[in-house]
Amino acid sequence: MKKRFLSTLAFTATAALALAACSSGSDGGTDAGTDGGSDGGSSGDVITVGFAQTGSESGWRSANTESMKTAFSAENGFDLVFNAADNDPAAQIQAVRSFINQGVDAIVIAPIVEDGWDDVLQEAKDAGIPVILEDRTVTASDDLYASWVGLDFELEGQKAGEWAAAEFTEPTNMVVLEGTTGSAPANDRATGFDNAIAGSSITKLDSQTGDFTRDGGKTVMEGFLQKYGVDEIDLVYAHNDDMALGAIEAIEAAGAEPGVDIKIVSIDAVRDGMQALADGKINYIVECNPLLGEKAAELVKAVLAGDDVDKRTIVEDQAFDQAAAEAALPDRKY
Amino acid sequence: MNRIYKHRLFWPVLSLLVLIVVNTIARPQFIEITLQDGRLYGALIDILRNSAPLMLVALGMTIVIATRGIDLSVGAVMAVSGAVALTIIDRSGSPGAVGTVFVAVIVAILVSLVLGAWNGFLVSVLKIQPIIATLVLMLAGRGVALLITGGFITTVNSEPFAFIASGYVLLLPVAFFISIAAIAAVALVERRTALGVLTESVGINPEASRLAGVRSRGIIWGAYMVSGTLAGAAGVIYASNIKAADANAAGLFIELYAILAVVLGGTSLAGGKFSIAGTVIGVFIIQTLESTILFLGVPSAQSPVFFAVVVVVVVVAQSQRMRGAIARVGDAFRKQDAPERDDEKVEVAR
Repeated sequence: MKKRFLSTLAFTATAALALAACSSGSDGGTDAGTDGGSDGGSSGDVITVGFAQTGSESGWRSANTESMKTAFSAENGFDLVFNAADNDPAAQIQAVRSFINQGVDAIVIAPIVEDGWDDVLQEAKDAGIPVILEDRTVTASDDLYASWVGLDFELEGQKAGEWAAAEFTEPTNMVVLEGTTGSAPANDRATGFDNAIAGSSITKLDSQTGDFTRDGGKTVMEGFLQKYGVDEIDLVYAHNDDMALGAIEAIEAAGAEPGVDIKIVSIDAVRDGMQALADGKINYIVECNPLLGEKAAELVKAVLAGDDVDKRTIVEDQAFDQAAAEAALPDRKY
Repeated sequence: MNRIYKHRLFWPVLSLLVLIVVNTIARPQFIEITLQDGRLYGALIDILRNSAPLMLVALGMTIVIATRGIDLSVGAVMAVSGAVALTIIDRSGSPGAVGTVFVAVIVAILVSLVLGAWNGFLVSVLKIQPIIATLVLMLAGRGVALLITGGFITTVNSEPFAFIASGYVLLLPVAFFISIAAIAAVALVERRTALGVLTESVGINPEASRLAGVRSRGIIWGAYMVSGTLAGAAGVIYASNIKAADANAAGLFIELYAILAVVLGGTSLAGGKFSIAGTVIGVFIIQTLESTILFLGVPSAQSPVFFAVVVVVVVVAQSQRMRGAIARVGDAFRKQDAPERDDEKVEVAR
């Protein structure tokens, strides 16, 4: 329902923007707008790539942007035209259109929403520009894009669940801090985890959304602690590190010791999360690797060289326990 | 009895009490307050503590709305304020020093004051419509905050800074005392001096008050400065609560919740007469409602609907027309009240 609303919105807004012709450029975002070449696609060995990023809504996203900028650097033979759409689907579609008009060699998109991509992807196809999707995916038919590189959220949830199922053999009460309601990572991480703990001694007491934010995680965890009491909860499963960090604050405020009295398992492995893991406040983290740039750059080169590429490339996620976190922390890039 | 029933705060207070009763029936622990390590602990205490940012923002919003204005930029100002405070603490050599935290908080609030003054300038001097004037900062402010933090969540480990939101004094949370101080300050200035009456007169009829010699420009300008400053303080509390500056999430949609709190408290969006006590009750209703969703275990997917339904019921129940209409009978009331109901739904959906 919400998705359909958003895509309708995206379509109407795109139509409006298309009428406004060349209203491209910065509209209030941090680094919206294009910086870089308009020198078409025919300049020798340099590959011009347009990258339509979602925005800069999280630390994960910033690390992802960094990774893309590094992989598509001039040293690697690329000319990157970067656009951050500030999480506005209409602006993102418009950015892709402007890439097509500029005649870039390839387009990389991290779609904000899944729907509403058919038309613009068809336009890219008609213009002979290959499209690589990064991170999230789209509902459009898969012959409209060359390849997708991303992560398997369900597998992340499953890994976290497998750890929990192996770790807790006594009857265990768990509460869940969900991600933003309806988002793909929240849905898939829940499914993967639930499948992995099915038949184990873990009981899910309660589950509520913390919107992937620290404040949300803290508030919801406070509520759970009031509702069930500190002693009733043994395990917290947080869909991302930020909510786990919020939960740590709440557990400490309730006079218990996070990681000991109440164990925490989470997904993401951002630096603050890894620090908390190394400090013993979180017990297990499954990584959600934002460093997709290298793989995306490989795919772009392969597609342009006319090689056959897989439609789906999944970047493997690692998992960390407390000792591994301590070892990995010093050269953590994000 | 009749007088109590007719009091304009009767319905807001009743709604709050009903929510508390419902929660207590669902989970008796809700009402429980225990003493733990020299501090009071319980769901009600959490509500007092967690409501502080919304309380400050809503107080500022009340004053702005009384002048016939609206301040949409409060959430963005919160984000900027948190980003400024955390960046100062993070960059300083001594994040744990009280002096550092003091400087950081003062600078953050001063920056917010300046942002509020900018809004006030646009509205009172350049006569730009408030919704447009503050929209500028609402959209740009979060970008500025992201720029300050470099797109990452800045985290600090600073005991004195964490104390602002998580500390306790005299058994109660520090954040609650900040709320009380803000309520008292606003109430004193607006109700014990002529300023409140002047603010209302500007809101009721700007032209007439100008002719009567009221300097509306200063009053309107001041209202936005108060709103900016309070939003800045709210941003500091928000950041302190999570010990981090989360430029994306800090104060997201708080402008709408603040407006909702003001409306629940019986202040009209058309400006003029305002009720500080009403706003305070409105904030507590919203915060208790958040807890209710948790305590009743409403699934995440349904919680916005639950929230909306409760808010619509409360707003409709306290509307003058609705109460008049209940007294009368017939189909007429439906026609009269339908548009108003729709308005409230839009308010929530946004």
